[in-house]
Amino acid sequence: MKLVTAIVKPFVLEDVKGALEQLGILGMTVSEVQGYGRQKGHTEVYRGAEYSVDFVPKVRVEVVADDTLADKVVDAIVESARTGKIGDGKVWVTPVESVIRVRTGERGADAI
Amino acid sequence: MLNSGDTAWVLASAALVMLMTPGLAFFYGGMVRSKSVLNMLMMNFIALAVVGVLWVFYGFSLAFGNDIGGGLLGGLDFAGLNNTVGQLVGYAVAADPEAGVAEVAWPGNDALPVLAFAMFQLMFAVITPALISGAIADRVKFWSWTLFVALWSTIVYFPVAHWVFSFDGFVGADAVGGWIANVSKLGALDFAGGTAVHINAGAAGLALAIVLGKRRGWPREPMRPHNLPFVLLGASLLWFGWFGFNAGSALTAGDLAGVAFTNTMVATAAAVLGWLIVEQIRDGKPTTLGAASGAVAGLVAITPACGFVTPIGAIAIGVIAGAVCALAVALKFRFGFDDSLDVVGVHLVGGLIGTLLIGFFASTSVNSLGADGLFYGGDASQLGKQAVAAFAVMAYSFVVTTILALALKYTIGFRITDEAEAEGVDENEHAESAYDFSSLGGIGGLGTPRPSAATAAAAEHIPATAGKES
Repeated sequence: MKLVTAIVKPFVLEDVKGALEQLGILGMTVSEVQGYGRQKGHTEVYRGAEYSVDFVPKVRVEVVADDTLADKVVDAIVESARTGKIGDGKVWVTPVESVIRVRTGERGADAI
Repeated sequence: MLNSGDTAWVLASAALVMLMTPGLAFFYGGMVRSKSVLNMLMMNFIALAVVGVLWVFYGFSLAFGNDIGGGLLGGLDFAGLNNTVGQLVGYAVAADPEAGVAEVAWPGNDALPVLAFAMFQLMFAVITPALISGAIADRVKFWSWTLFVALWSTIVYFPVAHWVFSFDGFVGADAVGGWIANVSKLGALDFAGGTAVHINAGAAGLALAIVLGKRRGWPREPMRPHNLPFVLLGASLLWFGWFGFNAGSALTAGDLAGVAFTNTMVATAAAVLGWLIVEQIRDGKPTTLGAASGAVAGLVAITPACGFVTPIGAIAIGVIAGAVCALAVALKFRFGFDDSLDVVGVHLVGGLIGTLLIGFFASTSVNSLGADGLFYGGDASQLGKQAVAAFAVMAYSFVVTTILALALKYTIGFRITDEAEAEGVDENEHAESAYDFSSLGGIGGLGTPRPSAATAAAAEHIPATAGKES
């Protein structure tokens, strides 16, 4: 099993969700996060005084998928989140040792 | 003879001016960080409480009691608001046979109940110390500030209000007033308090910002306004209440109130434009904070002038105030004093602009009791009087406030600890936090007892007694 973590622009979230639903992915976790990569932040001006805002808002999407699906999940996220401009984000994949469904106690692929 | 129309307008105006202090609290509160918004609201709100009580004990009397010497301070004739119920304020009317006006003895045809006038003036006494709070945001012990408000009102505001607002023959047929207002003495023009309220508060703010020192991290750390909608809401409440402040200062529901109301509206409109144009040229974008600040700068500048200038003069004063104040807020960075919310750049500078420009824009065509400024056929004498009044109030306020602030600093202490300041003054001084928006703040039932296990299947996995609602 794999954990696919994606940091994407907030306004592509609906597209990413749609693409994952098409793959048959049944659940995901999203969180509002802040950070910066090469895009860096932006500058705001209050009564003439400049403030640089380094951390820009992003959305983090986390999906646990069976090994066979993980690559397709990555492709679906990358395709649906891309705008071609700086700041589109990152996707990474990490191995997952075990998954347990809380309600039933099921383990492994059955719990996904 | 009591004039019920005038009385109704002055009572309504008093209520309008009262709303300015909470309005100011939101104007300032939106500009601070979320960790100190409650303290900023409280620093303003407490002025209503403290000054409201002092006004009864001796405040009204020190400001409007019969002068005890030199036009410097009122006596204690009205202490405890004695001698007020059933009494009137007004003017005697001199006979003018050519105009067919017969002499009318004090209190004249347009008299008001003393208490209506006292409550109207109370609201000015409340908002003036509240204005100062913006200079020292985020870093002050609440009770020290409260004591400061009481002492500052007593030794700075009440005397200065006497100088500027107390007219000869108003609270009594033979009553003697203050040295700035009356033509028998200086005779400077200040319709609604450019000197007593705005220059006074601005100079005091500068003194406090210097004595108390910078906030930790200023100006290196970003201290962004946390809620600009609050700022615009507060500025709008101020604008609304200011119609009472300025047009109410006519003390009559007549022509002069209409003039002051009009000038208040148009000067403020022009000042918003003035500030935003400076921002567009300097920063490339017009901002919400700039629009709100421009409105307040315009309101401040038109305050002393609103009963003496034409609407075109008011527009000129407004646009000048908006543009100059937009530039003046940068002074604190040049000179290194942390006037956190620009009390100096907006109230001191705006107050000076309005008070001095009367010397240029005043016209007796608007108000026969006013003067003609340099642009309306007058000479420079009125400008000279305006300058004396402005600088006298500024110097008195700055010096006395500095001494008072130093006395508090070295006795009971004025600033919170560095640690408390870093964590936030709300938490440390009030044991409260303003907002509970985080997802750990109760969404989805966090922190509440769990419901009984929903299914038989779950019961197999959860011990029967675990955390059930009892």
